Amino acid sequence: MSTTTATLGKKSAPIRPARILLHLFLAGAALAWIAPLAWAIYAALRPYSETSEKGYVSWPDSLSFDNFTNAFTQSDMSHYFVNTMIIAVPAVLLTLFLSSMVAFYVSRFDFRLNLALLLVFTAGNLLPQQVIITPLYRLYLLIDLPGITMSGKLYDSALGLVLIHVAFQSGFCAFVLSNYMRTLPHELTEAALVDGASVWRQYWQIVLPLCKPAMAALATLLSIWIYNDFFWALVLISTGENMPITSALNNLSGAYFTDPNLVAAGALLTAIPTLIVYFVLQRQFVSGLTLGANKG
Amino acid sequence: MTTNTPTKSPEAAAVPPSGAAPAGTNKPSGHRRLLTRRDRITLGFMAGLPTLLHIALVWVTALASVALAFTTWDGIGFDSIKWVGLDNFKQLFNDNPQFWPAVEHNVIWFVVLIVIPTPLGLFLAVQLDKKIRFSRVYQTAFFLPVVLSMAVIGFVWQLIYNPDTGLINSLIGANEPGKYIDWIGDPDLNLWAILVAASWRHTGYMMILYLAGLKGVDPSLREASALDGANEWQTFKNVIFPTLRPTNTVVLVVTIIEALRAFDLVFVFNKGAQGTELLSILVTNNIIGESSRIGYGSAIAVVLLLISLVVIIPYLVATFRKERRA
Repeated sequence: MSTTTATLGKKSAPIRPARILLHLFLAGAALAWIAPLAWAIYAALRPYSETSEKGYVSWPDSLSFDNFTNAFTQSDMSHYFVNTMIIAVPAVLLTLFLSSMVAFYVSRFDFRLNLALLLVFTAGNLLPQQVIITPLYRLYLLIDLPGITMSGKLYDSALGLVLIHVAFQSGFCAFVLSNYMRTLPHELTEAALVDGASVWRQYWQIVLPLCKPAMAALATLLSIWIYNDFFWALVLISTGENMPITSALNNLSGAYFTDPNLVAAGALLTAIPTLIVYFVLQRQFVSGLTLGANKG
Repeated sequence: MTTNTPTKSPEAAAVPPSGAAPAGTNKPSGHRRLLTRRDRITLGFMAGLPTLLHIALVWVTALASVALAFTTWDGIGFDSIKWVGLDNFKQLFNDNPQFWPAVEHNVIWFVVLIVIPTPLGLFLAVQLDKKIRFSRVYQTAFFLPVVLSMAVIGFVWQLIYNPDTGLINSLIGANEPGKYIDWIGDPDLNLWAILVAASWRHTGYMMILYLAGLKGVDPSLREASALDGANEWQTFKNVIFPTLRPTNTVVLVVTIIEALRAFDLVFVFNKGAQGTELLSILVTNNIIGESSRIGYGSAIAVVLLLISLVVIIPYLVATFRKERRA
């Protein structure tokens, strides 16, 4: 590291002050960017009694994780985390499975339809959710599923949320995956076809394993998106008990609005899983976001 | 995104290269003849099942929105659906005091996002693209808000804007009765307060998109420009920015769609009270609000749909045309 900086330094000696200035600017901006989150953490670490007495802009007498543990236990947060898992895990897996099948079809078989099909999927993904929510809500109320879901309907059920997530997100994933599959050499499946491998084997044993990088990126992205979903659950779930964590947060804040520190702790707790995923899988997340955009 | 094509699998290598059919040109039509009946059924299933789900839940419902917009319906039994022509739209355009403010706020939302955080994201991307030390640390900081849910962002910023306990009012001493600045309730202020939070997130998103775009810029262009004696700004303006055109298109579309979708943040902030009405909020209020008017809510959704399609269709046509040529 030191040798490279030395040579770099020699090369760009005249603009050295500019570099320092740039670093100062970037460091300042980065700190400013983290400040709102840092402020929330600071507030969440302080007991309500102290902040109500001394005000929020003050030195702390005591810092503790009490608000976090209280928010977690009092609002039964583990229950809502489980709700989210019940929705997010099947939704991510199913989205990847279905959209990779469509992508395989569209990118490997020229049945004329394919461009139109891809267009429908991609356009569908770009629509604002509110365009479809009114009929969707009515549809979910109309569909009776006695014995299959707890509510006896598609409305107010995890299944209903999984289905709309899959239907909506598969548009983006089909687009990205079909672009990815198109970069795979065509000889791969052709050879398999000549050998008499079935279409399913071509998909499952040849194409899909080669798409692992794209699938990993999309899985990361989808997990965060579905975890962060607020709107679908807000409208399509009526029982507070059935809400996934992000939407349940809204009720939580209503119940504990008198203690902003506790609400801050609760909100931060719900952000922890996404932050872990982000820090561990940052590369996947970012490449997933730019996968679709690069092609544009 | 890795663009290097994977090496051939052994299966492919075992077969002699298939004549003069170069990869990349359109697929040979002989393909189809090799398919057995079972293969065709499998294929139909593979494409059909996801398409059915997507069309049923996204496109049929979108069309149903259009159809319902011309009716009134109480939601109980299909018999009570009544055709009312353009009544819902007339009411919406003429009698709804929230509609035009909502349209205006959606437009403001877009304009603010495209004028402030988007150029800022581009600026940060250009700086971070300079092979600078700690680039990843800076990126992580700027990008952090993008992974948070809009709901969490709403709660985090409430701690800053709350008139009693918030950071801003505490700092400037406006948290006492009589001196209140109500960032969340005041209709002249609240939209701008929320837009600061929205921009906080949007900047990082734009930065990542532009960083990806900048990675694709041929470094020799930059060298050639430097050799011609252009300074940094001239190089950016005349060489780099024009080559970012595809990224700019994506950024524009993403920003418009974000502006139309804006919902969570406002809902968490103040449920779309006066000053922060948005089309998405009005649609939702007609479902979970006190007044559940299906036809009327659908009419608002149709307005949203039309605006979206004006953006989506030209974008997709351009994208897919390019792809077909490629």
